[in-house]
Amino acid sequence: MDLGSLALAAKVDTGDTAWMLAATALVLMMTLALGLFYAGLVRSKNTLNTFMMCVAAIAVAVVTWATVGYSLAFSEGGDLIGSLDYAFLKDVGFEPREGQTIPHLVFFAFQATFCIITTALISGAVVERMRFGPFLLFAALWSIVVYSVLAYWGFGAGWLITGGTLDFAGGIAVEMASGFSALAAALVVGARKDYGRQALLPHNAVYVLLGAGLLWFGWFGFNGGSGFNTGANSTLAFTNTLLTPACTLLVWFLLDTLRGRRVTAIGAATAIIVGCVGITPAGGFVSPAYAMLLGALVALPCYAVIAYRTRTRVDETLDVLAAHGIAGFTGILFIGFFAQVDWNGISDGLLYGNGAQLWDQIKAAVAVPSYAFGATYVLLRLIGAVMPLRGPEKEEALGMDIIHHGEEAYATGEGAILVTPEAGIEEPVPVADAR
Amino acid sequence: MIGIVRPEKANDVLEALYRAEVRGVSMSRVQGHGGELERVETYRGTTVQVGVSDKMRFEIAVSDDFVQATIDAVREGALTGEVGDGKIFVLPLERALRIRTGETDQGAVTPVGGA
Repeated sequence: MDLGSLALAAKVDTGDTAWMLAATALVLMMTLALGLFYAGLVRSKNTLNTFMMCVAAIAVAVVTWATVGYSLAFSEGGDLIGSLDYAFLKDVGFEPREGQTIPHLVFFAFQATFCIITTALISGAVVERMRFGPFLLFAALWSIVVYSVLAYWGFGAGWLITGGTLDFAGGIAVEMASGFSALAAALVVGARKDYGRQALLPHNAVYVLLGAGLLWFGWFGFNGGSGFNTGANSTLAFTNTLLTPACTLLVWFLLDTLRGRRVTAIGAATAIIVGCVGITPAGGFVSPAYAMLLGALVALPCYAVIAYRTRTRVDETLDVLAAHGIAGFTGILFIGFFAQVDWNGISDGLLYGNGAQLWDQIKAAVAVPSYAFGATYVLLRLIGAVMPLRGPEKEEALGMDIIHHGEEAYATGEGAILVTPEAGIEEPVPVADAR
Repeated sequence: MIGIVRPEKANDVLEALYRAEVRGVSMSRVQGHGGELERVETYRGTTVQVGVSDKMRFEIAVSDDFVQATIDAVREGALTGEVGDGKIFVLPLERALRIRTGETDQGAVTPVGGA
């Protein structure tokens, strides 16, 4: 580093940087919280595999993000995609990006955690049947082909953000991208063999609640950090992240009561996610009162999609489309109506006389789901042409944990014989090849 | 009668039994060793060989007329054709008694409201 860039690095604000370092760590934790949330929702024989898909997303997406993903999303480029100027983190150092007060490296790390969790989210559509190897390849390619492109559109210098579309923390690149990609993935991979024939129940509702709670906790970093400082929009988004999910929870309780006469725990966990997703795009742009209205409103379409989806043949297993795609879609459109320049300092929505903002939001709400769905569909079809996406039915029956990881989540040790090198057993015996 | 089947086939067995109008069933999780190959699992460098697999054990008390139908139903529900499908054991029953009414033998294993 030469003296010139050292001088520029003086623009760094220590308070902003301290918060962004913490926010980055909070968002990284969200991916593990998601693993816990997803693991509780599957059957016990698939606990580890489901959790491992989220762990694997960290491994894969960090590498793709550092090598090319970040550059494609956050360097200067055309309308659709950035350049390779920052590939392998070239020129990403201590000097802040234009208009920011945190080191470029911190910005990179913060954005990396977004790429990770978005990649992990899609696994919810294919758990309990997709093979681990093809999932790794899919995660790597998806994080570049879909995430980086949509991050460029929504966060970087792409056509949506430059065209005036407002998206505070990732209604575009994170929520709509993962939700509509999940639908495509579920359609390509196909339903679990027992889907629609047996009751496939969550095996641990406590994991689900704890996972959702930790996600909410992490979401304060996700939304509160998306202003990249400790300014007005950031603090507004932070507080709205408290208000919106609470209102979603209450409305969800009401819907549960009307439909089944009881308030369910897994419904509550889902409501927390839906509320957090709803406020993600709108966080820094709408007033606290409107954030509460959004929390109540966003519950309705998501609840309806979950109720409808389970009656179809589409095994979008953990309802990523409803909880992320539809909630993100709702939040993006909500900005178009309820944004207030008094609160966000940028733009009004339709209710405050600026119909153009709604039009900008509609563009994103149409283009992003289309691209995410289409690109994911083609990508998975291509991977499926090279390698089988799922194993034979007997492997699915035995469970992904033993087949893909050679471990059980709840091993008792009963009947297990210690294998020492002297015992002469070197080659693992694949249990599925019983013949 | 005792049937030992794959856990993932337990629902199919219950369904088949229901269709065969066999209503009185107990089931429990068991671990056992049959002809299946042992599987090797590794936990942080500790490698173990697991010789037992999870199975579901059905215990069904039926009158003589129902024996063959019950055997057929359990087999139909449990069959995959792979090693590890399980076993069916049929054994004589010395006495049976329904606790609520004190009915014995035939009466005790006939479902309420049945024949």
